[in-house]
Amino acid sequence: MDAQTHSAKKLITGFILALILTLIPFAAVWTMAFPVGVIFGIIALCAVVQVGVHLYYFLGINSKAPTEKVLAICFAGILIFLMVGGTLWIMFDLYERMM
Amino acid sequence: MNTYTPKSAGSPGPTEETLDIRDLGFWIYLMTDAIIFSLLFATYVVMFQNTATGPVPSDVFDLEHVFAETMFLLLSSVTFGFASLASIREQKGHAICWLLVTIVFGLGFIYLEVAEFIGMIQSGAGPQTSGFLSAFFTLVGTHGAHVSLGMVGITVMIFQILIKGLTSPVKSRLHRLGMFWHFLDIVWIGIFSIVYMPGWLI
Repeated sequence: MDAQTHSAKKLITGFILALILTLIPFAAVWTMAFPVGVIFGIIALCAVVQVGVHLYYFLGINSKAPTEKVLAICFAGILIFLMVGGTLWIMFDLYERMM
Repeated sequence: MNTYTPKSAGSPGPTEETLDIRDLGFWIYLMTDAIIFSLLFATYVVMFQNTATGPVPSDVFDLEHVFAETMFLLLSSVTFGFASLASIREQKGHAICWLLVTIVFGLGFIYLEVAEFIGMIQSGAGPQTSGFLSAFFTLVGTHGAHVSLGMVGITVMIFQILIKGLTSPVKSRLHRLGMFWHFLDIVWIGIFSIVYMPGWLI
């Protein structure tokens, strides 16, 4: 809640970075300039980086963020990895076997 | 004997520590919401090929439409950031103006999304048509419901700032609502990257 985590400069920087990271995948999908596999890579990379940009510039998750918040992110990350990873593993394995 | 003393206008209200704990509590709520959304994403990824005899993703997704929605949501996230900034700097008028701008962008987003949904349902691509469309409407609809609730929250905050002024509890509520709003923009990154773009490519 302090002025350190919120500043106009930080917001504008975050906005410009997020805008660039949005325009790149949209341009890639629009123009189809690359093979589909490469476009998927571009989309995934830009999405991951943009999530980081939002967390850092808009939600104030940086090296000074409270440990509890970072721990909560890590714990949620582990749960998401287990549940989403497990779901996809089981369901696509089943799909393969049913073919 | 305990005597209840009503809070006078001059009472200090919640301490900074209490507000930090509320901040953390809200953060934990956001993490649980992230788990809900990630499982809806997993459901969508499992289901998106199950189109039955209905339309496939590239039949129903319009990339320009999605781009406009993305821009509205990103701009609204930034304007909410400016509202938070104004509240920290004790600029009441600025904070309310930025919140109103945020609502305008939010309404633009919801308008486009509802238009998309109605268009899809009228063309026979409603949620009951196939597993793909059920998963699509559940995921994107849940996000849209969150954004709509967020706008109700913004309206309430505008009235709280008008009536109570920028007191420490009001500022802390505004801060938590801001976290919610930025979080929804992060979920939207997942929606256009996992739902719309691959749907258009495959």
